[in-house]
Amino acid sequence: MMRWGLSGAAFALACGAQFWVAADPVIHMLVQIPLLAICGWLLPLARWELPKEVVRAVLILALVVGAIWMLPRSLDAALITWQGHIAKFATIPLLFGLPLALVWRHLGSLLKGFLKCQSVSMLLFLGFLYTHAPVRLCNSYLVDDQVRLGHGFALVAFALVILWLIPVFASPSHRETKGKFHEFSHIRH
Amino acid sequence: MRSVLYTLGAALLGCASLWQATDGLRAFTAEGARRVSVARDPRPVPAVPVQTMQGDWVTIAENGPALVEFIYTTCPTLCQISGGDFAELRDQLVGAGLDIPMYSLSFDPENDDLEALLNYADLHSATGDPWTAARPRAEDLKVLLRTFDVTVIPDNWGGYEHNVAVLYVNAEGKFAGAFDTRAFDQIQSVVESGAS
Repeated sequence: MMRWGLSGAAFALACGAQFWVAADPVIHMLVQIPLLAICGWLLPLARWELPKEVVRAVLILALVVGAIWMLPRSLDAALITWQGHIAKFATIPLLFGLPLALVWRHLGSLLKGFLKCQSVSMLLFLGFLYTHAPVRLCNSYLVDDQVRLGHGFALVAFALVILWLIPVFASPSHRETKGKFHEFSHIRH
Repeated sequence: MRSVLYTLGAALLGCASLWQATDGLRAFTAEGARRVSVARDPRPVPAVPVQTMQGDWVTIAENGPALVEFIYTTCPTLCQISGGDFAELRDQLVGAGLDIPMYSLSFDPENDDLEALLNYADLHSATGDPWTAARPRAEDLKVLLRTFDVTVIPDNWGGYEHNVAVLYVNAEGKFAGAFDTRAFDQIQSVVESGAS
């Protein structure tokens, strides 16, 4: 019940953000889309025990959906066409947030670490791209806002680095957990 | 074993989706998508009249092949640069013996009266033949912008930002190509293939 409530609240906030997304790419990309992903992540369905043999397949599909929503043309499509608009509200929770939550606890720490590093480097790459692109990447947004979004990407990257580094330094010695920690995945064939 | 198969299937499906979403890795932005889309499926241009700076009414769709770019004359930056590029393009095409009408079309017909169009043309040495400045009727603006996939958004200084490109209308009156304003050779070869 609690999870339904939180998930619904994230969805409601994402709907509320819709008032500002047409004018501000930062709200669109760094507020609304993460809220939609959180909405999917918190769905009670996410506690369902996934059959082990599909874990990697589901992870790949979630990453592909995430990649598609990082394309500037997807943001334009979500603003300009109603199909894009509906696709955003349906696919980000159901095909990105939810599957990521379903597979996350099955992933080995090495793979988790890899995915975290990838997210940070991708955010920094986007930050560089949006602040340095000689042309507008989204037809729907002004150049100044594009640069602001680039700075936003970089800030989120730094925030995630700090967030994810704290447990590394705060956790007790790694020695006792050695052997358990260095597997790529918990899945066995 | 089954796990490997599922993973492989998902990887294939993922690659196919990414391929589809980027038109074969050719278009990552809406502007790129427009260029790929019209080259593949030319779109009929609505047969609406536009008023040239001399006051004549012409229908671009019936005047193809033609080159079009969207501007607004009070634009301090991009339209002035693209106006200069359009002049260079005109010189190259005329030099190559290609006779194709060129229109700088205002998307701000309320403010861009004939005098403003004439001033803009004068500034960029557009004499009316083959290159003229023109404006649509206000009620036709929406359908023109939609056909040519031009997105115009107000900036914070009383002007606009918009996607800039040279747009090619073919002999059948269809929007069949969008190019960088300095892709002179590419535009010339398209005009040449359309003329033959």
